[in-house]
Amino acid sequence: MRVIKFLLRKEFKQIFRNKAMLPIIFVMPVVQLLILVNAATFEIKNIDLAILDRDHSPASRQLTNKLLSMGYYRLRARVASLKEGQLLMDQNKIDLLLQFPPGFAAGLQRDDRATVMLDISAIDGSAASIIYYYTNTIILDFNTGIMQRWHNLPEQPGLPLTVESRFWYNEELDYKNYITPGLVVILVTMVGMFLTAMNVVREKEIGTIEQLNVTPITKTQFIVSKLLPFWIIGMFEMAFGLGVGKLIFDFPVVGSVPLLFAFAAIYLVVVLALGLLISTVTHTQQQAMLVSWFFVVIFILMSGLFTAVENMPEWAQKITAFNPVTYFMQLIRMVLLKGSQLQHVARHFLVISAMAVVSISLAVFTYRKRS
Amino acid sequence: MVEFNHITKKYGPVTGVQGVSFKVNPGELFGLIGPDGAGKTTLFRMLTTLLLPDEGSLSMAGKDVVQDYRFVRSNVGYMPGTFSLYQDLTVAENLNFFATLFGTTVAANYALIEDIYRQIEPYKTRRAGDLSGGMKQKLALSCALIHRPLVLVLDEPTTGVDAVSRKEFWEMLKRLQAGGLTILVSTAYMDEATLCDRVALIQEGRIMQLDTPEQVISGFSRPLYAVKGERIHRLLEFLRQLPQVVSAQPFGDSIHLTLVAEHCLPEVQASILQERPDAVTEAITPTIEDCFMDLMPATHG
Repeated sequence: MRVIKFLLRKEFKQIFRNKAMLPIIFVMPVVQLLILVNAATFEIKNIDLAILDRDHSPASRQLTNKLLSMGYYRLRARVASLKEGQLLMDQNKIDLLLQFPPGFAAGLQRDDRATVMLDISAIDGSAASIIYYYTNTIILDFNTGIMQRWHNLPEQPGLPLTVESRFWYNEELDYKNYITPGLVVILVTMVGMFLTAMNVVREKEIGTIEQLNVTPITKTQFIVSKLLPFWIIGMFEMAFGLGVGKLIFDFPVVGSVPLLFAFAAIYLVVVLALGLLISTVTHTQQQAMLVSWFFVVIFILMSGLFTAVENMPEWAQKITAFNPVTYFMQLIRMVLLKGSQLQHVARHFLVISAMAVVSISLAVFTYRKRS
Repeated sequence: MVEFNHITKKYGPVTGVQGVSFKVNPGELFGLIGPDGAGKTTLFRMLTTLLLPDEGSLSMAGKDVVQDYRFVRSNVGYMPGTFSLYQDLTVAENLNFFATLFGTTVAANYALIEDIYRQIEPYKTRRAGDLSGGMKQKLALSCALIHRPLVLVLDEPTTGVDAVSRKEFWEMLKRLQAGGLTILVSTAYMDEATLCDRVALIQEGRIMQLDTPEQVISGFSRPLYAVKGERIHRLLEFLRQLPQVVSAQPFGDSIHLTLVAEHCLPEVQASILQERPDAVTEAITPTIEDCFMDLMPATHG
């Protein structure tokens, strides 16, 4: 016990003497939350629009004004030919080209039907579908309005069936409520895995591990002294990240915070054990960093932070079953936004505990004092 | 005190150490002498439980190093070839840290290290990384001694250290030895070999000779000559093609020469003077390095 206490004291001394460490612990979370939460938005604003109006009618102008008044579009150019519009899109200057063919208004008046043409840049597929959805809705709305006016219909009599939808747990579909807790998970994962992997490899690089290995300290003492400091820092990051996130973005906290921290406590064991595992198979900090990045990137992209796991192909969903980040990502949102109780997330606790047991055993088993 | 018994260690297909056997007596200052890559570090890493031998057995104070590795770890002091203390901890913190790991305190064993530690004590609040080379070495030695080991293992402790500090270091070792400590030291500096009680000359993972330095030198049977002259390399080539020359080795600014027989000397001298009128040839007494060169099969002239 005395030895472990001493080892821990030594680790903390070294951590706080490392000039790069304090910014990683305190600055990184704030910056990450501030920048990423605002940048990782699903809302599409500032759609760059060009208009090719071959009709020059009041109707085409009306629709144009309606679009521009929504605040989502920025009129970049009025073009005279399709070629000109095409060029702008090739140059990445516009996202959307709206074409009014000649006789647009006439068609509307005579046949009650007319065509507009939407050319959407689909470099970013999900943005393209959102642009399409927005624009289509506006045009549809324009349609209804124009029909009523021209045919002098009375106010819409009302359809027999109307759909009223309500978004549960995040009524205003505020993506910040959804992304901020996710980013806290990423933060805890990165800090935990990187710091552990780098720390042990650093002892290898400098050669101090040799000096430690000839002392009578046991494997358990060594591993505890290496993991516990970063476990504490990880838990602190969790609290700090949530605190900062709550302060800035004020996401709802419906569920139990202790439940969240209980999960984080087990989750960190998995992450730290993976870090230790990486450090036992690598020899330099550079190698450890690259290997950690490899895992962290896969873990994050497959965690459901941006893309819902349910939307992934089935084989990918099978892989995410082994991704610890997925479970934490789901759980933190369930607990914070929905207020899920232990019985609702029991499966998450079971899986992460199993992962913790497996990964720590693997790390302990592969760590060797002699070769 | 320490016994290597037919020890072999392979690194994949490469043989690090091949069938090495030797004994170190209690209280002895034993030297492993050989060039880089000869296998000195491998032998020491096996003795300090960091490496497992592939074949053979190894014991310390009568205990098997592989089986009783716990005993060995508590009773061996190891100073690796590269400085491997915590650079971001201070002198005092490093020493306290290692004392605690060995379940002892600095105060309990202060007497043993006092002689060495006193010299760096004024800097005890300084980070180890900010110390000079000589002070780092003293700190490393203090840390290796802090648990009062039975055997002290030093891997090339004087590599990269200036001549004065080297001399000082060997004096410290002599004093520790006088206190009853068994010391194993490796070095690539041949001149340090004469400071050991016994030396093992090691090359390519094999021990070529094991004896006291005096015996090693007196075992050099042929007369030895030194030739001094300009353009050493050309002179060396010339000497090596003479039929009377057994070996010619460059040593700094001269060439050490052994001949088939003593009576060949006048002939050889005549040839040298014919080639190089300025060259000087004289008889010298061999050093450990001459013995080493003589034993190395690959470089035989």
